[in-house]
Amino acid sequence: MTGLLPSLDRVIGLSEGALDTLLPMHVWADPAGRIVQAGPTLTKMARMGDLTGRSLFRVVEVRRPARVDGAPALAALAGQRIGLVLTRAPHLPLRGALAPLPAGAGMILDISLGLSFARAVAEFGLTLNDFSPCDQTVELLYLHEANASTTALSRHLTRRLEAARAAALSQALTDPLTGLANRRAMDAEIAAALADPTREFGLLHIDLDLFKQVNDGFGHAAGDAVLERVGAVLRHMLRQDDVAARVGGDEFLVILRDCIEPEDLGAVATRLIASIEEPVEFEGHVCRISASIGVTASTDYAERPGLDRLLADTDAALYAAKRAGRGRHAMHGAPDGDLPRRRLDDPMPRPAARAGD
Amino acid sequence: MHGMINRALQGFLTTTYGDAVWAEVRSQAGLPFADFEAMLDYPDALTMACFQAACHVLYKHPNALLEDIGTWLVTDAHLEPLRRLMRFSGPSFLDFLLSLEEMGERGRLAVPDLDMPRIEVDRIDPSSFRIRAQWTLPGIAPILMGCLRAMADDYGALAVLRLDGVEAGGECLHVQLLDAAYSQGRSFDLGRVRA
Repeated sequence: MTGLLPSLDRVIGLSEGALDTLLPMHVWADPAGRIVQAGPTLTKMARMGDLTGRSLFRVVEVRRPARVDGAPALAALAGQRIGLVLTRAPHLPLRGALAPLPAGAGMILDISLGLSFARAVAEFGLTLNDFSPCDQTVELLYLHEANASTTALSRHLTRRLEAARAAALSQALTDPLTGLANRRAMDAEIAAALADPTREFGLLHIDLDLFKQVNDGFGHAAGDAVLERVGAVLRHMLRQDDVAARVGGDEFLVILRDCIEPEDLGAVATRLIASIEEPVEFEGHVCRISASIGVTASTDYAERPGLDRLLADTDAALYAAKRAGRGRHAMHGAPDGDLPRRRLDDPMPRPAARAGD
Repeated sequence: MHGMINRALQGFLTTTYGDAVWAEVRSQAGLPFADFEAMLDYPDALTMACFQAACHVLYKHPNALLEDIGTWLVTDAHLEPLRRLMRFSGPSFLDFLLSLEEMGERGRLAVPDLDMPRIEVDRIDPSSFRIRAQWTLPGIAPILMGCLRAMADDYGALAVLRLDGVEAGGECLHVQLLDAAYSQGRSFDLGRVRA
């Protein structure tokens, strides 16, 4: 502790003014604990007017390292970090350091605001002039305010980015997993095709069969791999002018431009199903799915149908294909007799065999 | 250039001249978005394009516009937090002037990657100062002049400022402090509890 408790052999004299300048929050007490002099900032904070002659223990309350209420006990804390409060502001913890003075002169206690600086400056109404230029409290306050401002700006940016992201998502036209169009884009595409009297097209509604088994059996990642694969199949098998969209978990819609003849539509549907049925290997599992397809053509109608009507008819055809045993397609308006009938509870073709089975 | 600087340019134009002027500036500068964002970075060329477009749209001499921006930074009600941060530099305008050299460090304390000007202050005689400033973009002296003029007013000091030319390595400003306590100035409550 010799570093903290310097020898009192060499003594310098400091005027009252010098002490006030260097330590505006000091208090000098005599050996009995009576205040001889107090710095201007401390005087302001204590809110008792002139402190000279008062008992130090009426002005401050020492709490750490222990409660102290006599001058000798306080003097014994020389060189230690002292936790204290002002009696008029007991809720603001302050910090102090104490040094003994030579023979009979008592002690000097210097005080700082510690971590309660922001509240203390506000409550005591302190100004820049109340701090020594060597005291970094003002810089701490500066930083405190600057941080509050920049944090607000960052929060502002985050909120704006979130809003922009939400807006982008709500306007998105692409299904992120497959890279195909999404429902919104597809609806717009069909509506535009219907609105153009020169455009004739076929519409396929594809629903994957056995997809749930892959998802449940091998996990969502396997399901995603299968969906990506179907996306790739559709992209590669369709012509430039055709449009494919993923419109639900395992549902797809395809517009085939100028493809309206039942034989042509049926041939495309059959080829698509065959490609979709090619097994996909994922992390050692062989995932096998199939697809059912409902088919309509814009030429099936005497008058241009609405979007909802067309989709409902395609959906009904899909249902017919499912009902007929899945892994096949059905044409809207075709008599049911065209489809080979199977009972609904017929066993499905064997699903998803494990690799190596 | 830091988004904070670009945002200041945009803020100055919209609060002073309105959204229509900003829209015109944006379009002339070919800005590919509607608003600068304070916490992002932008190429210097965008900042310069906006500034030049603003001079053109407003028929203003660049120095006059820069000086107005400097004044606005201190006086606009929305930028009260910035004015407060500046007032932390010292209890009087004289202290403020003498601490200008710390402004770079002070700015970086608040925003670590902010491009702050390098400033040197020479006291020519007890009331005259020569201020040399360097920044990544040209025009720091007129900005500083507008800012210092407003700060003198803020402190209640009477000062005469003029541009003092461009020297190798810096733009120069001359400040003569006539009366440090000319008027009441605006209040600065160090411990004002922030909302």
